[in-house]
Amino acid sequence: MIGSLAALLLCQLAGEVVARALHLPVPGPVIGMVLFLAALTLRQDPAPEALSHTADALLGNLGLLFVPAGVGVVLHLPLLARDWAPLSLACSPVRWPPSR
Amino acid sequence: MAVPPAGMSGLTEIWVYLARDPLAALTATLLAWLAALRLQQLAGRHPLANPVLIAIALLVGGLLAAGIDYRAYFEGTRFAHFLLGPATVAFAVPLYRQWQLVRRSALAALLAVLGGGLFAAATSIALGFALHTAPEVTASIAPRSVTTPVVMGIAERLGGLPSLTAALVIASGITGAALGPLTLNLVRVKDWRARGLAMGTAAHGVGTARALTVDATAGAFSGLAMGLNALATALLLPLLWRLLPG
Repeated sequence: MIGSLAALLLCQLAGEVVARALHLPVPGPVIGMVLFLAALTLRQDPAPEALSHTADALLGNLGLLFVPAGVGVVLHLPLLARDWAPLSLACSPVRWPPSR
Repeated sequence: MAVPPAGMSGLTEIWVYLARDPLAALTATLLAWLAALRLQQLAGRHPLANPVLIAIALLVGGLLAAGIDYRAYFEGTRFAHFLLGPATVAFAVPLYRQWQLVRRSALAALLAVLGGGLFAAATSIALGFALHTAPEVTASIAPRSVTTPVVMGIAERLGGLPSLTAALVIASGITGAALGPLTLNLVRVKDWRARGLAMGTAAHGVGTARALTVDATAGAFSGLAMGLNALATALLLPLLWRLLPG
């Protein structure tokens, strides 16, 4: 598990370094995901079991990781009281991608 | 030195410790999450009973009732927030498992995500102008379909308020995750790949979290859409923003 975590952090770190060195507007973790996917594809074997476990554990509780930032809504309650109409309209899912 | 008497001053000391130490904030967050999961199960896993929404509501209520400053709470939960980065990288694993499927629908996926992402940004900006929202609010909401760690940087470039953006992005994700499956059922989209793409584009990480619990293929495509949308919005939105009048 520690090995898999180290691999994930290493890819994120590489992604952050690449994003800053090349002045890319793309966030480091997304570049890290691309790098990690490239590494897995090059190996050709199925992903190691320990890695699968760690990734599934992180992604299985992905929602939890959004909670701390989401509670930040408490800072903007007055602003929400003023601009609630456009904000709630803009947040509603009235715009799905063209799906076939 | 006299030992402080039990009672008020002892309680105050404990309170000061709890408000400052990450232990209490993290524990409260995990307990709120567990309670939210339990409530979701009691509601028969209905999409409207979104655990992220329930956990946030519980914690906001708790912070307001106890009079705790959000910044102190966030300091305490920084570790959970930090894990968003490695979790984003971890999406490579489900993507790799579904690699054959992903490669076959790559072009269609790319076009769908580009269309969906642009439409989301354009409708947010248009609504902001039409309803006369403050410019920094419009700038905060324009990138709302992109996942949280990515979005703060984009909002800052446009002159938005990063903390407001974070809250709006999550609100967007929750609405998408809650209403998305119902909307997709209504328009009879049954293909797991299409459903995953729609959830990832419109509801980013929160939608992906839901998609992952429903179907592995939907989860992988949702993660793919989330990553592509983040890439496209990060590259294109600052350019589009410069074209706007004012």
